[in-house]
Amino acid sequence: MTLSNAAVYVLITTFLASAVEAIEMVTIVVGVGATRGWRSSLTGAAAGFVLLAVVIVGLGAALSHIPIGALRTVVGALLLIFGLQWFTKGVRRVAARGFAGMREQELEDHHAAHRGIDWTAFVLSFKGVVLEGIEVAFIVVSFGANANQLGLAVIGGVAAIVVIGGIGAAVHRAVMRIPRSVLQLVVGVMLTTFGTFWSLEGVGVDWPAGDASILWLLGFYALVALTYIALERRRLFGLVPAA
Amino acid sequence: MTRTRPIRWIVAFAMFWYRFIVGDDWTLAAAVAVGLAVSATLASRHVVIWWLIPAIVVVVVGLDLRRASRARR
Repeated sequence: MTLSNAAVYVLITTFLASAVEAIEMVTIVVGVGATRGWRSSLTGAAAGFVLLAVVIVGLGAALSHIPIGALRTVVGALLLIFGLQWFTKGVRRVAARGFAGMREQELEDHHAAHRGIDWTAFVLSFKGVVLEGIEVAFIVVSFGANANQLGLAVIGGVAAIVVIGGIGAAVHRAVMRIPRSVLQLVVGVMLTTFGTFWSLEGVGVDWPAGDASILWLLGFYALVALTYIALERRRLFGLVPAA
Repeated sequence: MTRTRPIRWIVAFAMFWYRFIVGDDWTLAAAVAVGLAVSATLASRHVVIWWLIPAIVVVVVGLDLRRASRARR
């Protein structure tokens, strides 16, 4: 069986568009897992996929009627608020300990993160999977229905999640080697970035560069974090008096 | 007074969301809520407002660090 040019176009376009959403999903699950514990993060992600499957099977092509703007606003606002808490804690900890981290506190945090289910990690991963999964489903339904190639679009969307998820699984050990204070800062900056983007998109704000705005938002927040770390270090080590 | 299991669940659920949203500093959540409300209002009037939340982030992180620095002294 050979695929027509239109079918190949649907498959590739759906895969690439879904891959962008899958990168955001996997970044959250891996970042939260490395910072707060894998069991809770993966359980939250699994619960998100179960809900997603129920919604997709239940609604089918009627998925496009889900109020995605409201969903983006709520999930984005919660990620932004929580991300900001990690952002500020991460700046304080990295300023105090440097980018090499501090072993004793890390171990303490590590043990704390492994007592039972960490509901914060669960909820963060759950929300990331549900929101991004629904966006992938939207892409699949839009591209697939318009081209009358829903089956191929589903293959493209699922393949994107599997491939990006596989890359996430492959790099998770490297991520675990990053000191926890630095990881908390990095995940805080990422959650703040995604939260800013989604919540503003949800309330109807147009981003100047579309989805690419995520990249410069990430760069901007990283620069803000580095600037505050430099200022905090000067203050901590007595180079300037505290305000 | 002992609480029944459903009451304990409701209290625990409410406390979880309180800690998740408010955390150590309620001003972060308040600033985000106000920023999003203003952004939504102005966006509906076609005002270019994407910069407001990033600007709020810069200010609230700075204020939070300043408060933490004062608390250490």
